[in-house]
Amino acid sequence: MKEIIQKVRNLSVGFKSQKGHEISILKNITTNIKKGETVGIVGESGSGKSTLALAMMGYVKQGLFTMEGECIFNSSNLLAMGNRDLEKIRGRKIAMIPQNAGQSLTPNLKIGYQIDEALKLHTNLSKNERDKKISELLNKVRLPSPETIALRYPHELSGGQQQRVAVGMALAGNPDLLLLDEPTTGLDVTTQAHVLELLNFIAKDTGTSMVYVSHDLGAIAQVSDRIIVMYSGEIVLEGPARDILKQPIHPYTYGLLKSIPKLSLAGLPDSMPGSQPQPGAKTKGCSFYDRCNLAEDKCKKNSPNLEYVSELKTSVRCFNYKKIIEKKSEKQSNIKRNEKNIKINEILNLTDVSISYAKQKLLDQILNKITDTNPTVKDINININKGETLALVGESGSGKSTILKSIAGLLRTKEGSIKFDQGRVLSNDLKKRNSSDLRAIQLIFQNPDESLNPNHTVEEILAQPLKLYFGLSGEELKKNIIELLEKVRLGKFYMTRYPRQLSGGEKQRVAVARAFAAKPDIILCDEVTSALDVSVQAAVLNLLQKLKEDFGTTYVFVSHDLAVVRAISDRVAVLYQGRLCEIGPSKNVYKFPSHPYTEVLLGAVLEPDPDIKPKLVAEDIVEDKPPEKGCCFQGRCPRILGDKCKNETPPWQIGDNGNAIKCHINIKDLEKKQNGN
Amino acid sequence: MLFLIIKRILLGLITLFIVSLITFVGTEILPGDACTTYLEREAYGAALEACYKRLGLDIPAYERYLSWAYNVIQGDFGYSLSGQMPINEVLGPRIKNSMVLASAAIIIGIPLALVLGIVTALWRDKLPDITISTITIFAMTIPEFISATLLILIVAIWLQWLPGIVIVPTDVTFFELLPNIILPVISIAMIMTAHMARMVRSSVIQVMATDYVQMAILKGVPYWKMVFKHVLPNALLPAINVVALTIAWLLGGVVVTEVVFNYPGLGRLVIESISNRDLPTVQALAIILASIYVSINLIADLMTLMLNPRLKSLQIRK
Amino acid sequence: MEINKISEEKQKNILLKVLEVLKTMASRPSGFIGLCILVFHILLAFLSPYLAPYDYKAIDPTLMLQAPSSEYWFGTDSLGRDVFTRTIMGGRTALTITFFGSLIALLWGGLLGIFCGLVGGKIDDVVMRIVDAFLSIPWILAMLLIVSLLGTSIEVLIPALGFFYGKGIVRVARAATHDVIAKDFIISARARGHSNMSIIWNEIIPNVRDAILVEGAMRWSWMLLGFSSLSFLGFGVSPPTPDWGLMISNARGLMSFAYWAVIAPIVGLSSLIIGINLTADAFAKALGIDRSTKAPV
Repeated sequence: MKEIIQKVRNLSVGFKSQKGHEISILKNITTNIKKGETVGIVGESGSGKSTLALAMMGYVKQGLFTMEGECIFNSSNLLAMGNRDLEKIRGRKIAMIPQNAGQSLTPNLKIGYQIDEALKLHTNLSKNERDKKISELLNKVRLPSPETIALRYPHELSGGQQQRVAVGMALAGNPDLLLLDEPTTGLDVTTQAHVLELLNFIAKDTGTSMVYVSHDLGAIAQVSDRIIVMYSGEIVLEGPARDILKQPIHPYTYGLLKSIPKLSLAGLPDSMPGSQPQPGAKTKGCSFYDRCNLAEDKCKKNSPNLEYVSELKTSVRCFNYKKIIEKKSEKQSNIKRNEKNIKINEILNLTDVSISYAKQKLLDQILNKITDTNPTVKDINININKGETLALVGESGSGKSTILKSIAGLLRTKEGSIKFDQGRVLSNDLKKRNSSDLRAIQLIFQNPDESLNPNHTVEEILAQPLKLYFGLSGEELKKNIIELLEKVRLGKFYMTRYPRQLSGGEKQRVAVARAFAAKPDIILCDEVTSALDVSVQAAVLNLLQKLKEDFGTTYVFVSHDLAVVRAISDRVAVLYQGRLCEIGPSKNVYKFPSHPYTEVLLGAVLEPDPDIKPKLVAEDIVEDKPPEKGCCFQGRCPRILGDKCKNETPPWQIGDNGNAIKCHINIKDLEKKQNGN
Repeated sequence: MLFLIIKRILLGLITLFIVSLITFVGTEILPGDACTTYLEREAYGAALEACYKRLGLDIPAYERYLSWAYNVIQGDFGYSLSGQMPINEVLGPRIKNSMVLASAAIIIGIPLALVLGIVTALWRDKLPDITISTITIFAMTIPEFISATLLILIVAIWLQWLPGIVIVPTDVTFFELLPNIILPVISIAMIMTAHMARMVRSSVIQVMATDYVQMAILKGVPYWKMVFKHVLPNALLPAINVVALTIAWLLGGVVVTEVVFNYPGLGRLVIESISNRDLPTVQALAIILASIYVSINLIADLMTLMLNPRLKSLQIRK
Repeated sequence: MEINKISEEKQKNILLKVLEVLKTMASRPSGFIGLCILVFHILLAFLSPYLAPYDYKAIDPTLMLQAPSSEYWFGTDSLGRDVFTRTIMGGRTALTITFFGSLIALLWGGLLGIFCGLVGGKIDDVVMRIVDAFLSIPWILAMLLIVSLLGTSIEVLIPALGFFYGKGIVRVARAATHDVIAKDFIISARARGHSNMSIIWNEIIPNVRDAILVEGAMRWSWMLLGFSSLSFLGFGVSPPTPDWGLMISNARGLMSFAYWAVIAPIVGLSSLIIGINLTADAFAKALGIDRSTKAPV
């Protein structure tokens, strides 16, 4: 047995509601963190995982209080310590790497100062030694030219760099325990993989214990030795990482793993019904009762205890875990998508579309000069067939949402044309489009909190398109609204609710219903599942697929999540810096990545499987702008040829699998090289 | 950076130009003019004509505006109607006196507001906060003429500690003035301090709730070091502009206070010139007060520009 | 018919919301006190003519500067008028004028602000420049000038106050509109092809309404302050109408021996202003708007 460095004993943390009730967010948490191990704490938003991590530093957020229990570090209870004593532990013995480093670095202080501050507090080094140590730390987290980085302000760094600085700062005090609160959430896929790799390296290099908190089982799988699964403030499953991921014996974890779309499996993931109960919701029995398909009467009445299963070295909070062990022979198979509806019948066509955000300067307007030779989005040629789902995929800044907005008419195209319905050109001015074209193309947004007017009831929200396009009123309007709600599996009683009274998944369903209210031909989906929890995401994806099959709608689906795209799309277009890199049928793009960028992207995806490690082929560099000439990916391409890539725009090549790539390297050679790796 | 500064200055000048237009047009379209007021019942026939001619009111309005504006740019506001003397001479000592009053209030008010704001924010919802916040609400809402009247009643009449009414010649020296201005300064500073303290409080509270302050705590930074290094610079930067607006807004309050204390400053001149329908003086006052407002805001803008690291780095990069 | 039902329901909703907001406001001690004071003053304004024991303008030289007594509760002033009568009636004119003035300020400031926030670009720039210019002229100078040239009738005071206190609302409404129009639900409505009017009416106004109302409530207290200052300087209500500002100004000279004539109107005016302020503060908090970071412009 390794030495235990932190013990959490029977910890409950809660808050006082406005009515004076005590509502717990963490319920009776007991666990140990051992020396040198990495523990992953996974759970959906609101499961209490961040509160637990902060409690391990003796920190309870304002408004919360410790109801009972203790966090014991070095044989003293952190939660009962005074601030003076805590100051000596925080940053020195236990350090935190926060979720959003951009907001966690003080904006008015230089990077160097902020690291120096930690060194001054926690080491006895002299000024010169500290300066050396700062460079050393920045070097260790693999930041280029540490001396210049130290002189920068936080806002001058990219998201990935900020996160690295936060890691470096946490290492300054040489802590025994590192707490990581969603350290890679919000970063681009490739950056995320690089930061994770760095964390793994540091764990090995320094032997520090780590507690890694995340909602993303993919990230957890890559770093953890042991996993704790939290649900509604309780530990529901705890055990060795491999066992938990390969054989989850709690119905929640089982369902959660099944609801994650995976690169290796085509088709849609299984969805879990319902959503996590709100804190304070009265539950006598098991907190997962409402969503569990194994639930029995006793689950409703009694709350199960955390039970240790010795043969699996796992603790589980479920009466029926044996039933899941029996289920293990069942092979995971995703829901097959029905692809019959797709006809080769073009409905939307983008020809040579380019879009520019740059405002023309007054002088240039007068001289009638076109200054922007390097628009944000350039040379987009895409055709979309009726009834298909085309996905636009890329990292932030790839212009995928920009293209979507210009299809909707919200952004003017600078050049090129968007043709709809047998080659009719759509005006690039929203005001000039006619009502039936506007009706035919509908949008669903990423964040339902922002896309639904907080001052309208669900009824009013859904009535808007119905009144506008079909002139409905009275009983008929009401009937239609109820029908729409049924389509997205929401009851009639939702009509009088306001968006703030709905859960994230329910809000997104209302947004879907609003889009379908127009009886559209095309729906543009802008990252529609990114703001949702994994288990809810699967349900929304399944809903979208079902509606599409019922109504023959065409989707243009924008996402940064390659696994989600894999699950829902028929064809994929890969974008980098507003330029197309590759386009083709999803199954082929995912099977044989041919464009170097596609290779990089797919290599960086984190699968919830400890055996599938990400492949890091390219440097993690952030580019502000696309290059003026040559290939758009030249800055990061691992297979760059030289001047040719820098000066000449690469040609389109079509491979045997039907996917087209824009690259100077022969497509056959690329495939050979990639298989060789 | 330089471009930004020039832009701010230009915007300020444009504002002043619009102000001059507004005041000129305003005094022009309102009924009655300088001559009818000045001559009162004799405003007819030859006397009126002569008066128009003497004041140059017989030429078209836009020409008068241009020549007036031209003179103003050169620092000449023309002649006042009532006293028949150059406005510059009337204004000089008045500006000096008002400046003494306002700067004393600012010198006392700003540090006090900072301390009160920070204390209330750091001890939020505890006794110091509740007491100070309650007092600030009173100080903030009670009009200057009431607080001034009460101060005179209590300090000057009942306690007889200080003179209640300022009875000094316009061109008094600073040290003769000093005991006379204590009460007016208190009554001006009170409302200003209360406004600023409230603002500082909420700004500090906002910053205390940020991720980076939480991070500083989790880094083990001692409390007061965290307050001074991580909280205050970020909380006070946005406060600069609001403080400037508050100061500028108090120009109105200064007028009332000066009347209550019979203080020979710009404020009383405002009342006097308006009562006398001395429009040239009113125009001059409008321009001067607006310039003060614009320059206070300009200074605040420039300070923010200098101190904000986001803009500082702009300078390094370009 | 069904539509009527919906709008009826909507009205019921609005009524419920108003009640809910009032409840939240009263749940804080400061909000409760503020509401009580405000309600008291409003009732007083309506009822004081019936409650007043004496005629507010009856001059009696034999009763000059009487100290408070059982007959004259607050004493008499330099013209022998009953201070109690004049005090309870002293808020009527101020309340009426500033209430309607605030409404006007709210209306033109709110609408212009929303308009500027929507159109943006050059028109917005020009309008905001002019608003800035007006802001930089001290309100008291402008108000004094207008009143001295046009007189102190209600027809002059209400629009003039409404105009000068609306400038600040323009900025608030504009900023609120800016925040809202970037939201996805507006983009969604635009993409659906709703007309501009329908977007303004259905999507924008409901979401900026709260911010503008709170600002209007705040303006009311400042306008009251400004108006009383005008009265105090002799440019507001004309005598013999009872008004606190005017009463303070008149009694000030004699306060060394007749302090009661000053204290009574001071208490009246101060309590009203504090009452409105507390109410406006509680109102802002109930609607979830923090306005203490704003300057009183």
